[in-house]
Amino acid sequence: MKKSTLIGAMLATSVLAGAASAQDVTLTIESWRNDDLAIWLDEIIPAFEAANTGIKLNFTPSAPAEYNAVLNSKLDAGSAGDIITCRPFDASLALYEAGHLADISDLGGMANFSPVAKSGWSTDDASVQFCVPMASVIHGFIYNADAFEELGIEVPTTEAEFFAALDTIKEDGSYIPMAMGTNDQWEAATMGYNNIGPNYWKGEEGRLALLAGAQSLTVEGWVAPYRQLARRGAYLGDGYEAQTYPDSQNIFTLGRAAIYPTGSWEISGFNNLVDFEMGAFYPPVQNAGDTCYISDHTDIGIGMNAATANSEAAITFLNWVASSEFSTIFANALPGFFPLSNASVDLEDPLAQEFISWRDACESSIRSTYQILSRGTPNLENDTWNASVAVIKGDESPEDAGARLQEGLASWYAPQQ
Amino acid sequence: MAVPQKPKTRWHIAVFLAPAVLVYTAVMIYPLFNTLRLSLFSEVDQTRIWVGLQNFRTLFGDAIWSEQFWNALANNAWFFVIHMLVQNPIGIALAAILSSPRLRFSAFYRTAIFIPTILSFVIVGFAWKLILSPIWGIAPGMLDAIGLKFLYQPWLGKEEYALTTLSLVSVWQYVGIPMMLIYAALLSIPDEILEAAECDGITGISAFWKIKLPLILPSIGIISVLTFVANFNAFDLIYAAQGALAGPDFATDILGTFMYRTFFGFQLQLGDPHMGSAIASAMFGIILIGVCIYLFGIQRRLRNYQFYGQLNAQSSSDNSQHDRRTCDPGYIYGDRAVSGICHPDQQFQKPSRDLS
Repeated sequence: MKKSTLIGAMLATSVLAGAASAQDVTLTIESWRNDDLAIWLDEIIPAFEAANTGIKLNFTPSAPAEYNAVLNSKLDAGSAGDIITCRPFDASLALYEAGHLADISDLGGMANFSPVAKSGWSTDDASVQFCVPMASVIHGFIYNADAFEELGIEVPTTEAEFFAALDTIKEDGSYIPMAMGTNDQWEAATMGYNNIGPNYWKGEEGRLALLAGAQSLTVEGWVAPYRQLARRGAYLGDGYEAQTYPDSQNIFTLGRAAIYPTGSWEISGFNNLVDFEMGAFYPPVQNAGDTCYISDHTDIGIGMNAATANSEAAITFLNWVASSEFSTIFANALPGFFPLSNASVDLEDPLAQEFISWRDACESSIRSTYQILSRGTPNLENDTWNASVAVIKGDESPEDAGARLQEGLASWYAPQQ
Repeated sequence: MAVPQKPKTRWHIAVFLAPAVLVYTAVMIYPLFNTLRLSLFSEVDQTRIWVGLQNFRTLFGDAIWSEQFWNALANNAWFFVIHMLVQNPIGIALAAILSSPRLRFSAFYRTAIFIPTILSFVIVGFAWKLILSPIWGIAPGMLDAIGLKFLYQPWLGKEEYALTTLSLVSVWQYVGIPMMLIYAALLSIPDEILEAAECDGITGISAFWKIKLPLILPSIGIISVLTFVANFNAFDLIYAAQGALAGPDFATDILGTFMYRTFFGFQLQLGDPHMGSAIASAMFGIILIGVCIYLFGIQRRLRNYQFYGQLNAQSSSDNSQHDRRTCDPGYIYGDRAVSGICHPDQQFQKPSRDLS
């Protein structure tokens, strides 16, 4: 008797729960940004749900390193969420081609984005758009402003000033001149090569020429950044060969290093960790007065699962992501991830303001290896990691590194053959 | 009065076997054969097509692929050599010391040495990374304290040391396994044999070399095979310590990390399940060949050596009441209950497998 009452009660509640959820559409969002969980729960989701009654959001992030594999298996099994956070370029393009991401070229909000911003999530001929550009990261150098003041160093704008500053710090000896390690490899490539590179290959001009086959990786513009990296070894900390990315972060935030080659994504994390004044400067140019180029890399997009049952609600959500309301919330909640939309956004964080101000002062480009060039085997991005490390350690000359990468690229990329 | 009975269908055999067979088939046999099958396909324009041995031709014939493969195989071989030269001798030595009746606190040592084995590789990888770190690690400080700072190197970051360092970390973690297996084997040596040896004046260290070691050789053989299989399947420690790119400059890339990178993709590199399966199949082949060499080449010779070699040589020098030449020491060794029972007329008995 008692038991059957209990079962009856359970049945009744489940029916009620079913009825309640039928009124609301719940969109599940797949993402690798588990760092942002709090921001989504506290700021983004309440703002959206307040403006769009009847649509609930469920943000379900997974670990960054596992995201691609997890997402692929969920999509294949048909259990993936309605909204998919998109990695830039080929990973998402492959999902679109496999029919997992919906074509959203006609989305109203898409008008707010420039072609460079959209390039991360469109087909090679730019005819189909499958994700809304959400955020980019800008490369540069963050420095310990207190240390610079103590040693009387001006913020460097040219190569010569940059190395003079490093020499001054090294001679003084109280700070490690530059916090960078080669253990994780990607630091050397992403924060090294792709950070300073656009100044030498002239940003989009060089990148597009490489894509078209008009330039090769052995020309000066692509080898010169390696020459710069080769000089860095002398300014890195003891045992930098085994220094990992978290080591570098810690060395800098503990105030043991003066300069940290990095990207804007560190800002929000570092703000809570440092007890000194931080500043930022863009990659120094070769000669005073040269145009500066920065890597303003498309990093996060957001798209719709083609198999979703709630496509109307999903489109409402994507249009909201493309709006300036979302951009403002997102940019201020996560200083360092800059909205890609043309709508103007007011940033409050001074370091983030410094980074985004370079968009006006310099020409923007994206990381050279990300679009198309890492499609074949050998993978140009992975090879660039390897070459950057080898050059910093002095195991390979800049010219040899360029020649090796060119040989690998030419082995599968027709325009370079 | 016996009524001829039809032999009953013995259902219970099938019933009792079923759980193990089904589970084993689902989680081992099916995936294994599916991997082998997958390596014969490739994907072109979203459709899977049959390519025969093309993936293997690419793996071994294409300069870029084969260079990575041979590099991984050579690293893997070195990883195995370090384990065989360091882990197993140390394990045997520890077991010999632990089995000495005069050692105090042996249970404590045994536990302490075995504990790393039950730790997660993630903890081991992370802890050793920290210990050896040039920035936060205690290794530089400890070397400095004894005036040997100049010996310090960022070992995990240098091509020439990284693989050896990680192999030794793995040895540190797993030395408990050979130790325990050998310890068990040593304990199972009948006291009669040791006492007989003592009567012949073989004691102490020479008892180890002349009596115990030959008797534990089959265990050492098993340990070697287990080490071989585990090493050529290794992946976890390298991945935990150095990541999927197995840096510096692929110096620690072993077959497992190479397979992972290819199969699941890495960073911008998209996963290729078919090439990944080809590498997995090659790993399977390598391990299969290695185990076969052991089973058909070495294990047989181990046993023969044990029968005719060592013990006979010793027993022939003493005129014991038994003619040991016709005894089967493997038989004695394997089963205490029958030790000492020898039939002079009996021919050499081929010991059944499970006796070893």
